[in-house]
Amino acid sequence: MAPTTGHSAALDFAQPEPVDLSSGKYVKLWQGPQHPGITGNMSLELTLDGDTIIECKTHVGYLHRGFEKLMEQRSFIQNFTVVCRIAVPEPAFNEYLYAAALEAISGVESPVRAQWLRTLNLEMMRLASFLMWIGGQGGAFGQYTVANWTLTYRDYVLDLFEEMTGARIYHMYMVPGGVRAGLPAGFEQRILELMDNTDKLLDQIERVMYNNVVFKARAKGLGIIPPEMVDPYGVVGPNARGSGFTRDLRKDEPYLVYDQLDFDVISGSAGDAYERAYLRLQETRQSVNLIRQCIAGAPADGPFQADMPNMLHWKVPAGETYVKAECTRGEYGYYMVTDGTEIVRRVHVRGPSYTHAIAVMERIAVGTNIADIAGLMVSLHTYPPEIER
Amino acid sequence: MSLKDLLSPFYVWQRAFEKPYTSIRPIQERPGAAAYRGFHINISEQCIGCGTCHAICQNDAIDMVRVETFEGRNGDSGLRPRFDYGRCCWCALCVDMCPAGSLRMSNEYTWITSDPTEYHFTAGVEHTTWQENPLGYRRAEGYHLYPPKRIEMDMLAADKSVQSFDEVVTGYSEEQARLEADRCIECGICVATCPAHMDVPDYIRSIRDGDYEQGLQLMYRTNPFPATCGRICTRRCESVCPVGIQGEPIAIRWLKRFIVDQVAPQDYARILADQTGDSGRRIAVIGAGPGGLSAAYYLRKQGHAVTVFEAQETAGGMLRYGVPSYRLPDADLDKDINYIVSLGVDIRYNTRIGKDIGFDTLLQDFDAVFLSTGLSVPSSMRIHGEDHPRVLSGLQVLADVASGRDPGVGRKVAVIGGGNVAMDASRVSRRFGADVTILYRRRIADMPADDEEIHESQEEGCRIVTQAIPVEIIAADNPQQVSIKWGEAEMVQDPKGGRPRPVLQEDRMHVETYDCIISAIGQGSDLDFLTKEVQNQLAIEWGKFTPGEYQHTLLEKIFVGGDVANRVADAISAIEDGHHAARGIDRFLNPDAYSQNDQKVN
Repeated sequence: MAPTTGHSAALDFAQPEPVDLSSGKYVKLWQGPQHPGITGNMSLELTLDGDTIIECKTHVGYLHRGFEKLMEQRSFIQNFTVVCRIAVPEPAFNEYLYAAALEAISGVESPVRAQWLRTLNLEMMRLASFLMWIGGQGGAFGQYTVANWTLTYRDYVLDLFEEMTGARIYHMYMVPGGVRAGLPAGFEQRILELMDNTDKLLDQIERVMYNNVVFKARAKGLGIIPPEMVDPYGVVGPNARGSGFTRDLRKDEPYLVYDQLDFDVISGSAGDAYERAYLRLQETRQSVNLIRQCIAGAPADGPFQADMPNMLHWKVPAGETYVKAECTRGEYGYYMVTDGTEIVRRVHVRGPSYTHAIAVMERIAVGTNIADIAGLMVSLHTYPPEIER
Repeated sequence: MSLKDLLSPFYVWQRAFEKPYTSIRPIQERPGAAAYRGFHINISEQCIGCGTCHAICQNDAIDMVRVETFEGRNGDSGLRPRFDYGRCCWCALCVDMCPAGSLRMSNEYTWITSDPTEYHFTAGVEHTTWQENPLGYRRAEGYHLYPPKRIEMDMLAADKSVQSFDEVVTGYSEEQARLEADRCIECGICVATCPAHMDVPDYIRSIRDGDYEQGLQLMYRTNPFPATCGRICTRRCESVCPVGIQGEPIAIRWLKRFIVDQVAPQDYARILADQTGDSGRRIAVIGAGPGGLSAAYYLRKQGHAVTVFEAQETAGGMLRYGVPSYRLPDADLDKDINYIVSLGVDIRYNTRIGKDIGFDTLLQDFDAVFLSTGLSVPSSMRIHGEDHPRVLSGLQVLADVASGRDPGVGRKVAVIGGGNVAMDASRVSRRFGADVTILYRRRIADMPADDEEIHESQEEGCRIVTQAIPVEIIAADNPQQVSIKWGEAEMVQDPKGGRPRPVLQEDRMHVETYDCIISAIGQGSDLDFLTKEVQNQLAIEWGKFTPGEYQHTLLEKIFVGGDVANRVADAISAIEDGHHAARGIDRFLNPDAYSQNDQKVN
């Protein structure tokens, strides 16, 4: 049962006391914008008292590529190749939501086979992203051995993406109306083999990284997100589930074929970095399981693309929509407005990193130790390009 | 904190004895996946240079460059895509969009060179190591960026159509037309192939935009017979339409027809707003067919006074007397003609040059003469007994029907020939209740008639007998009947590589009796109104003119066009001849008004 939502007396929204830098007592330190861990190029402006952080300000802008504005100048099909760049480690959610938004406005329904293939693709994406995250979290606490293992396995998943979509990172697989191709010959067997190996790897990781005295000592109690903070701060995904919420769009508002898959929402209670890390490990296992279900359930034949108009001059009817999906980090949303012309009027990409890396980070970093800040950044699992669309 | 947590991480040592994940480059190469989006391959022989890859590319990574090898091929722009790998993002939309199916990708992804300009290359023309690579990304079967299938045109069922002269094709609805117009990829290959170079992609866009008035304006720039061509054009544009390579070509003709059908004739003057001044020059046009009236239209727009001399009682030429109304209703032909006439074109009906007025008089009275008399004399079968009164000519049968007369074909008819006139004479006979047999000397694939005419005549119940050569016409016992002796033929390969030739088999002869035999094996010109001296000066070969640039002849005041002056002998070529001749005549009359590059200087 999720804790009650709404403002709580335990949350202090009052401004902290201003820091008097001229006193000589404090040191300003910039964490980033070089990659601190695996979070991408963003920067934390830290004010330290000794090695304790007393103030944290997030600075972004190092990766700004103006995606949303760019999309207002290109045709709908051309944008399909742009959106995947908004979250580099997990482009598939952007691809899916961009297609889903257009389909919602134009009243197109993708064929059943396409929906299964999209779900498979999204779960493969979740697996690849979590594998990279586990490596990042391990690395931030000095455990680079595990990072090497998981990044290797992520690459094995990317190999399968390469087979399925023609590319490793920017797959460009989910076109409006469906997907670009069916599965190549022998794909099912290869992915099931990899899933078996991944299960073994995750067991090994649990032994080496999670049941590790150092990791436990550093992650437990770090960066606690109290349940009262979840709703006022817009915390979603594993960050919210780690604090006791059982919220998952795949379950709460099922899209694609998630209502036909067998899984439970995983949640924790402690709300600290260790809880979130353990939750993500379990969700990784869950992804492996969902991939097996997708392989078993996806129809082998049938159309994988709906009848679509000519993409060269597709005029999407005027409309407005918000579509959302559960990415590895929680609710990912696309707000889209079209005006009946060949280009989109407005696209707004709502990634979970915006709140997690700015409002939440600035708050929960206060009081932590300078040595733990990289681990905390990874623990919130944020991607800067998603903040600066 | 437990002892287990202290010991558990040492499990990591177990992995020390496992094989490493990494491979050693460059000793171990890792090829891309079978469908990897690697470097571009273009099968340049298969490519037609439509430029659709360039149009879809969001990064301007593709530009189209002229490649001499492919210039001048029909349905080929002579251009080929050049890729800039400084811009490409390997999204492969170009591959997905390629209507010719020539563009694909290899699975190679490493390319090292010290010369960065090499990354700007024309795939399939400049040598690359991956051009022959069988692997790499292809557009998957079942995935399209544009609808490959045409919107079906509704037609009268054959059992209905054969009972009347109502138009067989019913035309697109607005929704159907928009859907069909949406399929166009706007490459413009059709524009180059159309004899009149109509602005096809532009008028198709006007359908998508719902702006039919603009569509009409665009069509009249190059063709004052859109209602006619929207029905019976030979549509070479569709034969080269790139969408037809891996799907069905855009129904360009039906879309043209749709635009015209949306505009009422009384609105033409307002929409087209054609200006007709008075240049003080007088032009004579001989023959009010599509060529002559097209010339008249553009000459009027240049301000010249035009007088058209027509031997028949109405205008339209072969469109009126050679095309039955189930393909081209009179009302639609009149829509085109009436607008041309409304610009002040003077048509003298029932006036035959050489009989009612001498050709010399015309030359004296007018500043220029455009001659488009068409092909009106049926060709002879050159067999014994051909002059039997029950042997009719296909042209005469069609002309009778067009004039509202019963051609009197009887109940059982044989039609000789395989062209459109033969098909139409057959279909007309079916409409008069006759049982029709078509005898053709070659195979169906060799027939010069349009495929749809052949198909529709069969649908309407005409029986086609191929490889049948007429040998002799024999009088039958009943004077209202006639017999034909015909022999079966074998197709024999031409040793010189030409098309196979039918050879009569003397031992397989048939004699059949019909109520009439309709001969429709072609037609020739009638140029008797020109004196022998003039004919010699005009260099006429096989009854046809061979005009120079701007349709002029060796006699400077005389311009020619239409079936009598071009080899294809279809309406759209005649229309273009007329348009072209109008430009030629204007240049001839006002040589100073034109600059070096053929533009009129105002």
